[in-house]
Amino acid sequence: MAKAKIQKKSTDTDMTPFVDVAFLILSFFIMATKFKPSEPVPIDTPNSVASQVMPDNNAVMMSIDKDNKVYFSVMSKSDLQKGKDIIKEAAKRSGIELTDADLKSYQDGEMIGMPFTKIKGFLALPPAERAKIPQDGIPVKDSATSELVNWIGAAKYVFSGESLKYLVKGDNTSKYPTFGAIIDAMKRNDEQKYNLVTMPQDAPPGTDLYQDRLRGSK
Amino acid sequence: MASLDTGGDEGKKGPGVKKAKKLNTRVDMTPMVDLGFLLITFFIFTATMSNPTTMDLNMPKDTDKKEEETKIKQSGSLSVILAKDNKVFYYEGDLDPTGSNFKSATYKDIRNEIIRKKREVVSRYTPDPACENEARAKGKSIDDCKQKDFFVVIKPTDDATYKNVVDMLDEMTINKVSRYALVKPFDSELDAVRLSGGAGGPAAPAATPPAK
Repeated sequence: MAKAKIQKKSTDTDMTPFVDVAFLILSFFIMATKFKPSEPVPIDTPNSVASQVMPDNNAVMMSIDKDNKVYFSVMSKSDLQKGKDIIKEAAKRSGIELTDADLKSYQDGEMIGMPFTKIKGFLALPPAERAKIPQDGIPVKDSATSELVNWIGAAKYVFSGESLKYLVKGDNTSKYPTFGAIIDAMKRNDEQKYNLVTMPQDAPPGTDLYQDRLRGSK
Repeated sequence: MASLDTGGDEGKKGPGVKKAKKLNTRVDMTPMVDLGFLLITFFIFTATMSNPTTMDLNMPKDTDKKEEETKIKQSGSLSVILAKDNKVFYYEGDLDPTGSNFKSATYKDIRNEIIRKKREVVSRYTPDPACENEARAKGKSIDDCKQKDFFVVIKPTDDATYKNVVDMLDEMTINKVSRYALVKPFDSELDAVRLSGGAGGPAAPAATPPAK
């Protein structure tokens, strides 16, 4: 008697569409990813309901890390020379002469937190090493010797006639006096308008702002 | 797994025709797919989807001239003192010498306090046509006129963190307070903070008057 043949079903499913989608997602993520420039110090910014996007061109940023050290960085994608000019000018105001050769390896957006007395040696290091060594922070505490005043003054001078945004990025746990010292340095340069860098967060339900945003009005 | 099958038909050729040995052209795609997913995971984790935002902050110019100073009404002012360990203290109007109106709060409670005070000030508002007309002409809402007497004074002590200050400024945006300022706390306030258990007080002790 012939046995009833059990038909063998193939377990090999066609994965082609699946793989297609997977690679589509992959290409999306590759294109959407913007690599952050490496930061020598991680800074955890507070959250706020502010919705303005952070400018990344024609701006200078003053960062405060968790040890209350202050760093200065110039964000000028379109013109790298501006960043170099600011460093040179700031150093000059503090009595240190720097040349373009000293700034050969300077990269845009680099965080610099060294007192001017040490800045030459610091800039002479290769970029990879610069990111590794801990910096001293720009002296700000004492308003008479605050070097930040020179930094801001230099930025204002180099960007004169152009729009320049001042950004302040502080760590959650940094203490207020350092922030106060930055405000002070800004005031001494006659600059009253600046922006605080924060991470976005939704308006808490039930508040005036929340009602406003629900209505879609600004 | 995923594979490409490009093998042709293996149909019968006629009798006597020798079967040519067919090479299997099926490519094993498993390693490629593995790698693909590995990359996807990597990019998902490193992707920074939320870009940082910025908050505007305008500080007034320092001035020595009396007439340029911003005057605030005592009845509509709320002073908030940011102390150590995320503690908040507040009082309305002037600080009572006995400290009876000096209260403590948390960052959660302070919102209700701001809303309450704002409502109280707005309820006392007597229509000011000049201000309202000006607001309308500029296309703004007249809310600003209603709360024109309301003023929040933010006083961070030396022990307050940067987050405390940003949170407080954010609270102003959230509750739509149009008039506020960052001010250095007075010695009397620092003393009150210390007495209320805000331990530590200022980093530098308040200067004592020279003995005569």
